[in-house]
Amino acid sequence: MSGSGIIPWFVIIPLFSAFLISLAGRYVKKVFVKTFSALSVFTLMLLSFYAVHILRASASPALVYKIGGWMPPFGIAMAMDGLTNFMLVTVNLVAFFISVYSFSYMERYTDKPKFFTLFFLMLCGMNGLIVTADLFNLFVFLEIASIASYALVAFGTEAEELEASFKYAIMGSVASSFIFLGIAFLYGYTSTLNMADIARVLVEKPGAGVVPFAAVLFLMGFGLKAALVPFHAWLPDAHPSAPASISAMLSGVLIKTLGVYAMVRVFYNILGITAAYSHVLMFLGALSMVTAVILALSQWDLKRLLAYHSISQIGYIILGFGLATPLGILGGLFHLFNHSVFKSLLFLNSGAIDYSCNTRDLKEMGGLREKMPVTANTNLIASMSIAGIPPFNGFFSKLIIILACIEKGYTGYALAAVLASVLTLASFMKVQKFAFWGQLKEKYKNIKEAPLAMRFSMIALAVICCLGGLLLLPQLKFFLNDAVSAVREGTNYATIILRQAAK
Amino acid sequence: MTLYLLCLVLFCAGLYGVLRKRNLVKIIVGLAIIEYSINLFFVLLGYRFEGRAPIDASDQNILNMVDPLPQALVLTSIVIGLGITALLISMAIRIYEKYGTFDITKIKRLKG
Repeated sequence: MSGSGIIPWFVIIPLFSAFLISLAGRYVKKVFVKTFSALSVFTLMLLSFYAVHILRASASPALVYKIGGWMPPFGIAMAMDGLTNFMLVTVNLVAFFISVYSFSYMERYTDKPKFFTLFFLMLCGMNGLIVTADLFNLFVFLEIASIASYALVAFGTEAEELEASFKYAIMGSVASSFIFLGIAFLYGYTSTLNMADIARVLVEKPGAGVVPFAAVLFLMGFGLKAALVPFHAWLPDAHPSAPASISAMLSGVLIKTLGVYAMVRVFYNILGITAAYSHVLMFLGALSMVTAVILALSQWDLKRLLAYHSISQIGYIILGFGLATPLGILGGLFHLFNHSVFKSLLFLNSGAIDYSCNTRDLKEMGGLREKMPVTANTNLIASMSIAGIPPFNGFFSKLIIILACIEKGYTGYALAAVLASVLTLASFMKVQKFAFWGQLKEKYKNIKEAPLAMRFSMIALAVICCLGGLLLLPQLKFFLNDAVSAVREGTNYATIILRQAAK
Repeated sequence: MTLYLLCLVLFCAGLYGVLRKRNLVKIIVGLAIIEYSINLFFVLLGYRFEGRAPIDASDQNILNMVDPLPQALVLTSIVIGLGITALLISMAIRIYEKYGTFDITKIKRLKG
């Protein structure tokens, strides 16, 4: 019971910050609001590192916090295992750099307190979704994060932003309804809502009809949140319309938490992965990977191009998880971490260009390398990472996924992954060529490099891109390995959590 | 069984509204119908025929009681639905200010 007291703080801190900012933000100076936000997210980031330490020090596979002291399966419980820790570190790390970036970037928008309120609500929803061990609680946190993100997409309240946000909100709400329906079916069948307890009941009485039906509902719901290809239509509109720091947050961590993490938790730890689910996931992953990258090639709007690449990279992650081998899961998780770093960096770069030059159209840019060296170089690093050029982190995770495909005998999927990677490289060559190389246009003679706070975030994320591959070193590999073993426990999750809760 | 099928009919009506209607307000109404059909379904899951409220006291002997948990969950779900509906309606109003129409076939500045 000793270390588990840390778990609720991941929800309390962002929720309290959102409350405080919305209450007092109007009456204090803007700089206080920004500093308070950055400090609050910084605390969360440190806490997530500390949580990794606590879990390792406790030498048990999971820690359980019982809200109000109610024993599971009756009360709501929060649990922390390797996968939870991995996701918490990813989310809070990226969120910290984004909050520092917003320091300067949000100068273009009015009403910063409201922005930070919504930002913290979104963070609260994501952290809560990660730590919760109760299926209905998961739905509630999912909705908190979703509603905050609908509002953030429309934050600029221009015509396009409202249109994108409306589309996103309608599709997202239908997806949430499907998830809720899936929860209703599972509850009707197992008469419990605790995730571990559902898994326990399902092992004892596997439902031939109900459980696959609920699984399809979950696949639709979480698939739409993760923007897998048949359900991806909202993403290329919604992500570019948000302010750049929010695009980074949405593409970097929101689709992974709400979509991929929730899907992995439900399919692996509650329902138990079977060959049928695994084939569906692999097919959807490969389809997203190839389709989205082809669509991305023809885009001229920088942020829209990046949004299509998010879909494509989510495809890699889902392909890795769908393989259901240790190597595949390792690749999926590692790519998830890497993608959140380099995709948020790319969106921050596009925000920096937008900040200085006021354009998102690649045809309008050119020669920006002379004027914005930091943006150009960090963008080059991120582009090489996403395309999988050797020393950067993206290379290692893609290599692991491709090797895992070959190991399991799916040469076709491996070839698709290689093809998507080559096309990704092509489309980022286009970005570099049109945005940063070539002749500087006359009207951009007087532009300046982005301000210090923005440069700091971009450089820090670029450094993580360069050093990300080191996570595979034996000394640091526990971080990924703990997450992989948590996923691989499968429905044994039930035993672990219920035993921990009984302590 | 009939009740469950009627829930399904309500759900399909809502889905039809979301998919086929062109007016933003009608889409929002369709979404609300979807949400309510699922709420109704969830409450029905906990219903027991001729059951009674699960109030547990020392002199009470309840044999046939309604499952209270779905009711609590549906309350939460209704509040979430309210939040989404309020957000969507305020967005629809802003869209009307910008585009001057509720017709989604005319609101298409984004493409791709």
